[in-house]
Amino acid sequence: MYRIAKKEVLVPNTIYLKVEAPEIAVKAQPGQFVILRVDEVGERFPLSLAGWDQKDGMIEMLFLIMGRSTMKLAGLQEGDSIMDVVGPLGGPTEIESYGNVLCVGSTFGVGPMVPLIKALKEKGNRVISVMEAKDEGSLFWEDELRGLSDELHVVLGDGSRGKARQASEFLGQYLEAGNKVDRVFAFGRVFMMMQCSRATKPFGVKTIVALTPIMVDGTGMCGCCRVSVGDETKFTCVDGPEFDGHEVDWETLIKRKRAYLKEEARAFDLGQLEGLRRIAELSRLSGRVSAMEK
Amino acid sequence: MSEKPKLNLNRVPIPKQEPDARRANFSEVALGYSEEQALEEAGRCIDCKKPGCKDGCPVNVDIPGFIMAIQEGDMPEAVRILKSKNSLPGICGRVCPQETQCELTCNLARKDAPIAIGRLERYVADWEIAHPEAVKRGAEEIKSNGRKVAVIGSGPAGLTCAADLAQLGYAVTVFEALHVAGGVLMYGIPEFRLPKAIVQGEVDYVKSLGVEVKLNHVIGKIATVDELLKNGFDAVFLAPGAGAPMFLNIPGENLSGVYSANEFLTRTNLMKAYLFPQYDTPIQVGKRVAVFGAGNVAMDASRCALRLGAEEVYIIYRRSRTEMPARLEESENAEEEGVVFKLLTNPGRLLGDRRGIVRAVELNEMELGEPDESGRRRPVLKPDSEFIVEIDTAIPALGTRPNPIIPSTTEGLELTKWGTVLTDEETGSTSKERVWCGGDMATGAATVISAMGAARRAAISIDKWLKNGK
Ligand SMILES: Cc1cc2nc3c(=O)[nH]c(=O)nc-3n(C[C@H](O)[C@H](O)[C@H](O)COP(=O)(O)OP(=O)(O)OC[C@H]3O[C@@H](n4cnc5c(N)ncnc54)[C@H](O)[C@@H]3O)c2cc1C
Ligand SMILES: Cc1cc2nc3c(=O)[nH]c(=O)nc-3n(C[C@H](O)[C@H](O)[C@H](O)COP(=O)(O)OP(=O)(O)OC[C@H]3O[C@@H](n4cnc5c(N)ncnc54)[C@H](O)[C@@H]3O)c2cc1C
Ligand code: SF4
Ligand code: SF4
Ligand code: FES
Repeated sequence: MYRIAKKEVLVPNTIYLKVEAPEIAVKAQPGQFVILRVDEVGERFPLSLAGWDQKDGMIEMLFLIMGRSTMKLAGLQEGDSIMDVVGPLGGPTEIESYGNVLCVGSTFGVGPMVPLIKALKEKGNRVISVMEAKDEGSLFWEDELRGLSDELHVVLGDGSRGKARQASEFLGQYLEAGNKVDRVFAFGRVFMMMQCSRATKPFGVKTIVALTPIMVDGTGMCGCCRVSVGDETKFTCVDGPEFDGHEVDWETLIKRKRAYLKEEARAFDLGQLEGLRRIAELSRLSGRVSAMEK
Repeated sequence: MSEKPKLNLNRVPIPKQEPDARRANFSEVALGYSEEQALEEAGRCIDCKKPGCKDGCPVNVDIPGFIMAIQEGDMPEAVRILKSKNSLPGICGRVCPQETQCELTCNLARKDAPIAIGRLERYVADWEIAHPEAVKRGAEEIKSNGRKVAVIGSGPAGLTCAADLAQLGYAVTVFEALHVAGGVLMYGIPEFRLPKAIVQGEVDYVKSLGVEVKLNHVIGKIATVDELLKNGFDAVFLAPGAGAPMFLNIPGENLSGVYSANEFLTRTNLMKAYLFPQYDTPIQVGKRVAVFGAGNVAMDASRCALRLGAEEVYIIYRRSRTEMPARLEESENAEEEGVVFKLLTNPGRLLGDRRGIVRAVELNEMELGEPDESGRRRPVLKPDSEFIVEIDTAIPALGTRPNPIIPSTTEGLELTKWGTVLTDEETGSTSKERVWCGGDMATGAATVISAMGAARRAAISIDKWLKNGK
């Protein structure tokens, strides 16, 4: 069992956890993930590592409430335990001295950005961070990222901060303006990563994305996580999760991710939505949730 | 022995659930002998002077010995004899391919009526479970020798090696990647063929010997083999199986609704998708399911698909019936349950709908040509023979290969061209000092009993090496 040492509701549907897992903390590297199973009947699902502390034996994660499993996880409180946590899985990020590196993160992608930026800085890179969110109310960790990065740009979907409404749009404008960028990393929603890859392609800037297909074992045993990259089939959990965004077959990935929509909806029944409301109340953010529901 | 006057050539059939009933549930198909049936079948064994049966068993079980004990009604003795060679009889009795092993070489096989050795073995093992007090199990008299061995993987190879070494006084830790122990016995072979409670019983027994089982530990990730050796383990036994699925490499294979047999079986057995939504893991089985391949894995997948509600399930196999690698009993069971065998057909491509979901498969007819390297006649494509079959789910069941996680993180471990670990067959030793290997990782996908046999030999070799320094 893996005890939750700290829990924080960052914005109504996004939760930060610090979990006791000393052996994983010792081996974790940027870009890696863990697979969790909340309870005896739970499914196995992956979350990226957002940080770790070898001294305390803690790992950190940050997740978006999407359906049954993430809802269950969100329902646990400090002091509760997660039944299974296995990791660190996946290959670590290739970190070199690239020069100017642009890191894009949206929603849960902000989590894995933190260890990435730290590692890039250690290698002497200049890091320009871009955070994408829907609006001010969905934004979190802005100050943290500003502190870590050489430059921070916030892109909001409601257009309230600057011209661009999407990170990809910002990327296009930034490159168009002649800024030199040697490498791009994009973490977060699949659609965002796809758009960012499209935006950088004309400029020939290599763009690394962290793919999030559906997984089961996470050790290369089932093939559920297979994706087409440069016309080859790869298993995301062992060959990735990071790939060259210009080579990824996005269409197949998106279709495969939608494979269980019907079942997911069935699992995430109304009773669980009730749970979401309770969590929000607990964290005195209910005002925001009811605003979201409208 | 054939001089014996009254040779009884009537094998006692094993009671089974009726096909119509069993294709709708996940309970065990074969129900096991009653006491009378077991006595009757045991009574047919003539205790040969030269028992052929023993030669067919990869671990040399004293078959006439345990059968005579059944005849005499001394069940604790039957258990003892069986277990002195085979630590997992409840499992082997159910899943060993007896028709190509012990029952093939039974002297009565010549008369087409070999003793049902597997069924008797299962009977003895089930008797033991029902009478836990009758046979002493456990670790009281084991004296620790202060040495530590790490076992990677908790399938039949890992469990066997761990149990043997623990009994010799070693402190054994088993590292398992998944959240339960048992390997293929838990995630691959379905409940209706091998109840999971039996596997867990064996795991509990291994634990009762003092073995520590660490779940959720992927070796190569959370620690490498070299780190284990550096941090206090005197030896490592590699038993991670050969779990990486192979695909057909045909167009359309990444459509939704295409599952590797491993994924399909893992969702069903390990994650209990057949109990969705009580269990959280979903699985999708449409009305028509095509399974590619004709081994045990394909049979298991096709029979699971039926039980998950499919109306038509096809086994698509490019050779003919005689070349099918599955156990006879399993292909018969599958056919009885309604699985349709489309032999001498081979898939050319999978077709999808607009949403990227598989909807049909294009098949080619095949004919058998000259024998190939494997001695089986090579299937050759009949020109212009394509036809389309509509399906909702496709399951390639083509076999598996070793997972690269351990080889790619262990220095100095030599591999074969198939990606298996180069291993000495007699001792299980590898090119790397203090590292042994056995089971599917050493041989490629094989059988439970061969994995166990290799693990036994490795345990003996590890013990020798650690005692004598070679
Ligand atoms: C390598 C990797 C790292 C990830 N890191 C994070 C992270 O740091 N934070 C975060 O919030 N999310 C992350 N995800 C996505 C996360 O795993 C899914 O959101 C989660 O499994 C959804 O489960 P659910 O039951 O709550 O929702 P469901 O109702 O099951 O599904 C909602 C959505 O999640 C996707 N999904 C469902 N099951 C899985 C699964 N087993 N694996 C992957 N995706 C699935 C579905 O396609 C669907 O779009 C990551 C995914 C991968 C593959
Ligand atoms: C569907 C199916 C049906 C079968 N039917 C039969 C049958 O009827 N009769 C028969 O005799 N044989 C059958 N077999 C074959 C038989 O199950 C295998 O030969 C046998 O299980 C091999 O044993 P093993 O211990 O080598 O490996 P496995 O049983 O594969 O166990 C290996 C274990 O190691 C774990 N592991 C892998 N990598 C790591 C790592 N890096 N770190 C930690 N742990 C790791 C795995 O998770 C797994 O639990 C079948 C196989 C399948 C897939
Ligand atoms: S272990 Fe398998 S081969 Fe050996 S006697 Fe038992 S059933 Fe037969
Ligand atoms: S099992 Fe067959 S070969 Fe073995 S002793 Fe009995 S009759 Fe003879
Ligand atoms: S999740 Fe099973 S192979 Fe990647």
